[in-house]
Amino acid sequence: MSALGTLARLIRSKNAGPFVLTFDIMFDDEVVYQRVKSSGRIGPEVIASLYNLSPDRVRFFYCDNALAIKASIPRPYSQGDIYDADGHGGQQYAPLMDIEIP
Amino acid sequence: MNAKVAMQSEEVRILAPTGVCGSGFIEASFEKALALSPHFIGCDAGSTDPGPSHLGNGKAAFPEAAVYRDLRLMLLGARRAGIPLLIGSAGTAGGDVHVDWMIQILQKIAEVEQLRFKLAVIRAEQNKDYLKRRLSEGRIKALDPAPQFDEAVIDRSERIVGMMGAEPFMRALERGADVVIAGRASDTAIFAAIPVMNGFPEGVAWHAGKILECGAAAVVNRKSPDCMFAWLRKDHFVVEAPNSDLRCTPQSIASHSLYENADPFRLVECSGTLDLTDSKYEAVSERAVKVSNSAFIPTSTYTVKLEGAERVGYQSVVIGSVRDPFIIRQIDDWTERLTERIHGRIKQVYGERLKSADYVVHIRIYGKNGTMGPLEPVKEIRAHELCLIIEVTAQTQDLASSIAGIVRHQGLHLPIPEWSGLITALACPYNPAHLDRGAVYRFNVNHVVQPDDPYEMFPMSLYSISGSTMEACG
Repeated sequence: MSALGTLARLIRSKNAGPFVLTFDIMFDDEVVYQRVKSSGRIGPEVIASLYNLSPDRVRFFYCDNALAIKASIPRPYSQGDIYDADGHGGQQYAPLMDIEIP
Repeated sequence: MNAKVAMQSEEVRILAPTGVCGSGFIEASFEKALALSPHFIGCDAGSTDPGPSHLGNGKAAFPEAAVYRDLRLMLLGARRAGIPLLIGSAGTAGGDVHVDWMIQILQKIAEVEQLRFKLAVIRAEQNKDYLKRRLSEGRIKALDPAPQFDEAVIDRSERIVGMMGAEPFMRALERGADVVIAGRASDTAIFAAIPVMNGFPEGVAWHAGKILECGAAAVVNRKSPDCMFAWLRKDHFVVEAPNSDLRCTPQSIASHSLYENADPFRLVECSGTLDLTDSKYEAVSERAVKVSNSAFIPTSTYTVKLEGAERVGYQSVVIGSVRDPFIIRQIDDWTERLTERIHGRIKQVYGERLKSADYVVHIRIYGKNGTMGPLEPVKEIRAHELCLIIEVTAQTQDLASSIAGIVRHQGLHLPIPEWSGLITALACPYNPAHLDRGAVYRFNVNHVVQPDDPYEMFPMSLYSISGSTMEACG
């Protein structure tokens, strides 16, 4: 088992406009990317559970030519609103780093 | 300059100096790119990414001096080469006040450098009566997710801008503009306008625009903001950074469609959707990538995205840290008691004059869950010190500031059972202990308008600029 954070070249989060938060999990090795993709350990349900949403609110993509996995969710609070803590959405990805991949 | 930009019909060459005007680029890269004979220079100057305050308070995210530096180099380069310069989303948020600010900078440059050119100004701030009419006609539609949008939201917005497509840029060029300063615009449209008006396939034009709009962000080894260059042909485009230290690879270019987009394959523009599902990315050298097979699916209903900001109130914050392990281990209880004390003291001071709905006190605990709030999966505190940011938001700055004074004093001396006697629980690094933040804003619209045509929301004016003079010319 390996933590996703040790397999990816970059895991990041960012605003996709003021109302959507998007996560990119990017690899530099096709074999590693395929290992993660086929593991079944990351999908809409996992994102939904980590970010406390219903799975049907998660948009989830495999981007084979970019060797990347992507998910987008509604922001918990809109960007800059009074309870928002992360204006650029840049530090919301940390829980993804701990996902264990066989 | 003619509407059909002087170009051979088989290729359009585009120079994107940087991702945002004001963020900078390397002058040597820019000169190298100019030597490649671009047909035009395009640059985006705004985004929602810096947050709602720019749209709300009318101020740009980058300082005037930084915008002056970038804009001067672009303008001098464009005038020297005799090619159009297209700037979109002026002054960060692209409202009228932001456009006016950018025009003033442009005028200063024209005066100092003694430049002559024809300027098109395209505005993007929306008339509130126009929006109410379209709303009542059912021609404003919610995107997902979207806040409630009604006449009251329109009325209380500081300003609402529409994000223009490529057509207003095309019209400005057809009317002979050398330089276009546009309000809020699709970043991609700045770059797609000229190729599309010259008959290049929209899939090529919009995809190239998507890569170019971030300058050199799509390279493998981005070090600082820098230039990007593209050669558009009838069935593909090639992209390369002029700076020979920077490399594009098929993966880096393919990956760029992920950045700040909810959907990496389908990018919605006013006039249709760029579809990258079948795009092909091939290396043509160590540093350049060829992209083909991108599709653009025209829409049957033209849509313009709105962005709006309203004032939430005025804010003051108290910053204080805690080092005492007794307090740290009961921090949730301590902050709950603090909140009760604050409300109690406010009631004592203001009585019936102030209702609890008139102000908000919000405590952020860094070292516990300051970054992720309730979504933080780590529940155990592992830090030996915590930072508390206590925010007060109210309808006037004076009230927010006054309540912050109450917050400071209640926080300083809130007791814990482990100690007897007067304690001082917060270490305050600043004096006065609270900072007045001024007005704070929120984004309040995530909707699209269905206009009659691509121009009705984006009025254009033409000016003839010669050194220090600027005269309307149609």
